[in-house]
Amino acid sequence: MTELAVQLGCVAALLAVAVVAAPLSRTPRLATAIIYGATLIVCAVATASALTWLLLHADAAAERVLPIGLPWLGAHLRLDALAAFFLVVINLGGTLASLYALGYGRHEHAPHRVLPFYPAFLAGMNLVVLAADAFSYLLSWEFMSLASWALVMAHHRDASNRRAGYVYLVMASFGTLMLLLAFGLLAGSAGNYDFAAIRAAQHTPYVATLVLILLLLGAGSKAGLVPLHVWLPLAHPAAPSHVSALMSGVMTKVAIYGFIRVVFDLLGTPDWSTSGIVLALGGVTAALGILYALMEKDLKRLLAYSTIENVGIIFVSLGLALAFQTNHQPIPAALAFTAALFHVLNHSLFKSLLFFGAGAVLSVTGERDMDRLGGLIHRMPFTSVVFLIGSVAISALPPFNGFVSEWLIFQAVLQSPQLPQWGLKILVPAVGGLMALAAALAAACFVKAYGVTFLGRPRGAATLAAKEVDRFSLAAMAILAALCLLAGVLPGLVMDALAPIATEILGSRLAPQSGMAWLSIVPIAQSHSSYNGLLVAVFIAVSASLSFGAIRLVSSGAVRRGPAWGCGFTDPVPLAQYSAAGFAQPIRRVFGTLMFRARDHVTMPPPGDIAPARLRIELHDQIWERIYAPLAGGIMAASVRLNRMQLLTIRGYLSLVFVTLVTLLLVLAIWT
Amino acid sequence: MHGLAFDISHSLAGGLVLVSFMMLYQDRLTSLLNVFALHAVMLSLSVAWQALIQDAPHLYVTAAIALLFKAIIIPVALRRIVYKLGIHRDIETVVGIGPTMLAGMGLVALSLALMLRVTADADALAREDLAFALSVVLLGLLFMVTRRNAVSQVVGFMSLENGLILAATGAKGMPLVVEISVAFSVLIAFIVIGIVLFRIRERFDSVDVSQLDVSRGERT
Repeated sequence: MTELAVQLGCVAALLAVAVVAAPLSRTPRLATAIIYGATLIVCAVATASALTWLLLHADAAAERVLPIGLPWLGAHLRLDALAAFFLVVINLGGTLASLYALGYGRHEHAPHRVLPFYPAFLAGMNLVVLAADAFSYLLSWEFMSLASWALVMAHHRDASNRRAGYVYLVMASFGTLMLLLAFGLLAGSAGNYDFAAIRAAQHTPYVATLVLILLLLGAGSKAGLVPLHVWLPLAHPAAPSHVSALMSGVMTKVAIYGFIRVVFDLLGTPDWSTSGIVLALGGVTAALGILYALMEKDLKRLLAYSTIENVGIIFVSLGLALAFQTNHQPIPAALAFTAALFHVLNHSLFKSLLFFGAGAVLSVTGERDMDRLGGLIHRMPFTSVVFLIGSVAISALPPFNGFVSEWLIFQAVLQSPQLPQWGLKILVPAVGGLMALAAALAAACFVKAYGVTFLGRPRGAATLAAKEVDRFSLAAMAILAALCLLAGVLPGLVMDALAPIATEILGSRLAPQSGMAWLSIVPIAQSHSSYNGLLVAVFIAVSASLSFGAIRLVSSGAVRRGPAWGCGFTDPVPLAQYSAAGFAQPIRRVFGTLMFRARDHVTMPPPGDIAPARLRIELHDQIWERIYAPLAGGIMAASVRLNRMQLLTIRGYLSLVFVTLVTLLLVLAIWT
Repeated sequence: MHGLAFDISHSLAGGLVLVSFMMLYQDRLTSLLNVFALHAVMLSLSVAWQALIQDAPHLYVTAAIALLFKAIIIPVALRRIVYKLGIHRDIETVVGIGPTMLAGMGLVALSLALMLRVTADADALAREDLAFALSVVLLGLLFMVTRRNAVSQVVGFMSLENGLILAATGAKGMPLVVEISVAFSVLIAFIVIGIVLFRIRERFDSVDVSQLDVSRGERT
């Protein structure tokens, strides 16, 4: 019970900080230190208390009703294992983002537009997870959306940011409308908005399917499911980097929390076919998200697109859990569910790390375009090491955490022959194939991101002047990198901590992992598969240092500096290096023609002309052009026509009311 | 007794609809105001009869309010306004009387057809009352749509409101507070509209609302 009180206290404290921030931000330097210091402490306390709950009282649930909100409903707040886990994710992200911002925030040129909204945004996300009735849930959801919108609009002088904010606002309203309809369906005509009452009620299969689809639209638009993702790569990079990290690493998780809470907890057991929708959408999202990321040369946008890929992976895993759960196969369901939650945690860690790294690069070079960066490993050695760790982790390579969760998801995919329905039997391996494709493309994508940004030679003047960032930022990134390694090496501990959530939501759990020999994890049975992160890590470390030692032993220790080989060019200028677009070219050739109608235009000057040859790449975002542009055009055309209705005469208006009334009555008379 | 009570209330409510029809073809403001007073008298009679047969004494208060305000004070005040504005000789026709009457008949048929079907399991008295009340409301709206003069639009609004009161009294158990507040709101509306009328007149030398459109640049 005390943990819930602590959580509520933390939310209240964050809101208080938000209120104090407005007058304080007249003295930016002081305010930056105070506000981020305060949020750091509050989030750390909240993380600790949520973690305590998850580890000690995970099978219990604390509930409290506050007399605010709707008079007959109040504000129901509930802390259970699922909520506690997501509170850990949110507040861990909040703690580290605040730590990072203690240094990064000093470069902010409009602190008064960031400082008040940052704690409010954190408070909003915490409240969404704590809410236990539809009204407070939607209210906190909107609060979170608006606070993050304000942060996206922090640098509103830039026209592209204003557009991002507009698209975000439209999509957020759409998402909330879908959630509103979903809760309306769940509450039924009796109007039971309390989650406990919704959970107790029986929902017809028709309603359950409809609610699941509405949730996919509502929570999915916030999480970034294709084709509702359009706002995400615009809005996430537009915010200051620590906020980008929170939006990408944490806010998408809040949306996933909403999906889990409603579909797995409140809805009962929907029809098996609904899991096919989730699986297919997740697979398409994973593959398309990473393809978009590969085409991108803006570092922060690349990270935002990669978030879409990871959200797709999580939804695939949730779809698997749903498929197994609806077929009453508890152990595979628990495996898929645990894997999804594990990936939620992992993605929040490495995506925050990568956004912090991108922010560090941005703050010292002022550049987000990878084709103007390069060679940063010499000037920012520490940042480049942690960014490398983040890249390795997100590419799902052992011994880091990304590998473990994706491995678990693939273990769940391999259980699909147990499913009785042929549709799922065929769909799941296909989605598994899409995920494998996405995983390979993700590795390529991050080789590109890391290689072009940190390796090679500097491509621009901004990069030459770069130097290592401040200690706060480095500390935040170092902690995240350490957590990535820790979760990868000791996955059994994380899986055991997640087990009570599966018990609470699905009623089944995986076997305890902490008793296994040598800290391996065995999700199903020893004969099937097992993975030992520690062993792999030790092996990699030992073999790498042995080969390093051997090479040093054989080679001479002297450092020689010679001219770089210019591939036959006589004047190897840095711009002639491998570029981001060049790296992606083979993949663009394979997939781009279909997905993006990609076309390379080469302008070759005639012999004798000394003008340079030019290569122009033409890409079309098909989803935007095929779905959103016609939709926006239609709405615009309709509103231009309807605009004439704004200026009717008094009698015109009266006639309008009259005709409408009579028409409605006529419809009623004919219908009944 | 029940049969007779039903017949009388039926004929009173029907009378209200009939007076609504009479309003539709009045083209002079003074005679329109007379018919409107008659409309309010019919309403108060009907409400008083409901009070008697439902044994609901508070409905007498409603009837008294209707009689006092709608049949006496408001028509008298409107008449004074009309004379003061000097428009008592004006004739206004926007839509011809014939089509208007035909449309009105259509509306009454519509409301009867609809209400009798929708309220199939309510008691007979309430059904009839609701059907007539809806007719009065629709006729009031029709009246407002077919007139251009602000005074006649006010009258149309008031007759529409009479239909609402008829519906309210037909339903048993409508609290007195609601009725008083409805009556009060009508009074406020009357005051506001009266003030607006003079303001319109001051500015445009006319209470023809089409003048407002000219001022907004809609029409020249």
